[in-house]
Amino acid sequence: MTSPLQQKFRISGPVVVTANRLADGAVIYRTLDRAWTTKLALAAVVTTAPAAQALLADASADDIGAVGAYVAPVERHADGGIRPGNLREHIRQSGPTFELPVTLGI
Amino acid sequence: MYLYDQFDRTLLAERVTEFRDQVARRLSGELTEDEFKPLRLMNGVYLQLHAYMLRIAIPYGTLSSEQLRTLAQVARKYDRGYGHFTTRQNIQFNWIKLAELPDAMADLARAGLHGMQTSGNCTRNVTTDQWAGVAPDEIEDARVWAELLRQHMTLHPEFSFLPRKFKIALTAATSDRAATKVHDIGLRLIRNGAGETGFEVSVGGGLGRTPFIGKVVKPFLPKRDLLSYVEAIVRVYNQFGRRDNIYKARIKILVHELGADAFAKEVDAEWQSIKDGALALDPAAVSYIAGRFRYAAYERLDDNPGTLSQARKADRRFDNWVGNSVANHKAPGYAIVTLSLKPEGGPPGDATAAQMDTIADLAERYSFGEIRVGHEQNLALPHVAQCDLPALWRALDAIGVATPNVGLVSDIIACPGLDYCSLANTRSIPVAQEITRRFRDPHLARELGRLHINISGCINACGHHHVGHIGILGVEKNGEEYFQLTLGGRADEQAELGTLLGPAVPYAQVADVIEDVVSAYLELRERPNEIFLETVKRVGVEPFKERVYAAR
Amino acid sequence: MRLVKGGRVIEDRFVRLLDGAPAPDGVPVIAPAERFLADEAELIARPAPTGVLWPNNRKVAELAPHLGGLALVALVFPRFSDGRAYSQARLIRERYGFRGELRATGDVLRDQFTFLLRSGFDAFEVKKDADAAAFAEASARYSVFYQPTGDGRVSMLRERVMGLRKANIASSSARVS
Repeated sequence: MTSPLQQKFRISGPVVVTANRLADGAVIYRTLDRAWTTKLALAAVVTTAPAAQALLADASADDIGAVGAYVAPVERHADGGIRPGNLREHIRQSGPTFELPVTLGI
Repeated sequence: MYLYDQFDRTLLAERVTEFRDQVARRLSGELTEDEFKPLRLMNGVYLQLHAYMLRIAIPYGTLSSEQLRTLAQVARKYDRGYGHFTTRQNIQFNWIKLAELPDAMADLARAGLHGMQTSGNCTRNVTTDQWAGVAPDEIEDARVWAELLRQHMTLHPEFSFLPRKFKIALTAATSDRAATKVHDIGLRLIRNGAGETGFEVSVGGGLGRTPFIGKVVKPFLPKRDLLSYVEAIVRVYNQFGRRDNIYKARIKILVHELGADAFAKEVDAEWQSIKDGALALDPAAVSYIAGRFRYAAYERLDDNPGTLSQARKADRRFDNWVGNSVANHKAPGYAIVTLSLKPEGGPPGDATAAQMDTIADLAERYSFGEIRVGHEQNLALPHVAQCDLPALWRALDAIGVATPNVGLVSDIIACPGLDYCSLANTRSIPVAQEITRRFRDPHLARELGRLHINISGCINACGHHHVGHIGILGVEKNGEEYFQLTLGGRADEQAELGTLLGPAVPYAQVADVIEDVVSAYLELRERPNEIFLETVKRVGVEPFKERVYAAR
Repeated sequence: MRLVKGGRVIEDRFVRLLDGAPAPDGVPVIAPAERFLADEAELIARPAPTGVLWPNNRKVAELAPHLGGLALVALVFPRFSDGRAYSQARLIRERYGFRGELRATGDVLRDQFTFLLRSGFDAFEVKKDADAAAFAEASARYSVFYQPTGDGRVSMLRERVMGLRKANIASSSARVS
């Protein structure tokens, strides 16, 4: 997972456009109706570079809704669901891969 | 502990008001993200993977109990109940909402805390040895000079948009615990032949993509000239540092490209014009600042009181902890106590709000209300009477900050990594957690002796992996997490970068590799008290490489 | 773009001189650096004031010997985050003693007004109208400053020491009487 900040534009599978919500930094995904959702299942999935570029350009123009939009890979599963396509996107969706300190009992 | 006066408080209050206005203009769209980003960075506000992150400065690592309680309160009110102490004596909150930041900053400002210039292309938190003011091997308290520099560089109108970040560290001890040699400016307080104290100034140290050890540009700078000389360095950098490529924009690149001598000449030429002007430090001004520092009123106590030695004999665990976490103090009968924030299986450097509150109480009771934050991501209580050690230990043990692993294999320095940070290539915290599990046995850890492991999740090197005895750098390979190891680095007065061990290994194998390296050390060392670093120096990296890669 | 000087939006009486074009009679002009250096004598012989637009990647020491004939120096912020012109401004004001108009041009935004003023700028080609209108408010955000610059304000260190001295004088005169 090279940081997307160094990403070259190349599509090799289904992708979504993701960003962080301005007011609270929450992880969000671009939808087909030009809005944002926190649920990956509702994200617009595209499979070609031109489509991804267009989706990203449109998303990036929304400077108040979202910050730092970029293209992220997803995986399609047999049941039709989409899952994060790499570890970074998995962490963005589900949080750090270990228990946060408050739950460690002190 | 520096006490703010009305000027400091006014400036901070005005800064909070300004930021409140900037956030409002961003939320309304009046400011674009492009325009807002440098402004929020200059208040320590990052956008990370999950949320905004707020980085709060702890100037020269010194906190009062009241301030620590405020941090606990911010963790509870605006975050998820914990904070992370960093390699630059800052604290980070990982779940902050932008819209709530002005209120959080107002709360912090009431305790004299802020995130000013903890990010952005400006001078960052000025760091020192976390034992400044109490270490037996220091010639004086470097924090007075750190405070003078901090004030001078805060909202400096000329230097708020430098080519890149700028980090300054000071030390006044023979043992450099502040890693000054890997800072943009490193300042070492020394005595010259005539018995005067002044600064040895080095420039251009740094880690990251192109690590460098700093070069001495001024072997002895009189104290009076501190501000003017630093001003000259930063003015040269502001004008001539590269702005065409962010990976070549630090002052270390400018020093390297010009050559240290040519660079020093540029600085000197500028300095000659300003050294006797308004920046020449007036002794009255220095006294004023020094006078705002509160020092502990030590009692006359004996070293190694009977109660202490009896308690050590009676309780093996207590004895072990004293041997590991308690260091000598310059005042007789006192001690410096390190609180390990590296429990087995825990994320290194984190503390919960509840822990912070308890530590604040203990500091009030046992340490004149003062706490220190070290760049190795542990805390310290700097003024503990030795006779109080048994009671203090029981209290620290009860909240899980008395793991006797300070400076040992499981006292790992790690950046937040991919679990938090948008710059990362790999995770680092779970790697650290697994290593602490493998080396949970305190006998083994003691047997191994001093061993500094540093982990960075990307080349930005926030974990300082280049200067770890064992350095671990996360890299991406075919979409998987891989880790490159280096051996033999050190961050102290003999600072040196580590040597590459061999090809990167996958995530699942890192802890195994560390075990192999450590086994090799145990076989190779000449005697039990030859520490890992010395063994590497003596035999080189090859024998370790053979052991690690033989079966892989 | 609005020109702000003296805390208010004003008409810009200076005209930018384009390469090669002759300087119009009786009109104050701002010439690009190369043009100014090449035609200096001719330009400053005109009765109308002369200004120069100095790039931010060129040493101001080069400009210093020519400041005497100039009414205006314009410095450049290609992006607001490129802070080279702050150093240039301070050198022009404090090292070389220039007293004419020192103008900030380029990406000049509200949140930099205080820094610009303290560095010696006294005129601002402000990118956004809303920022220009807010100049007075935005430049009054801070009442205390740590560092001395050429803006005439005393540094905070000096002010504190002076405060101590006043307190000492007051208390010693109290003792005497």
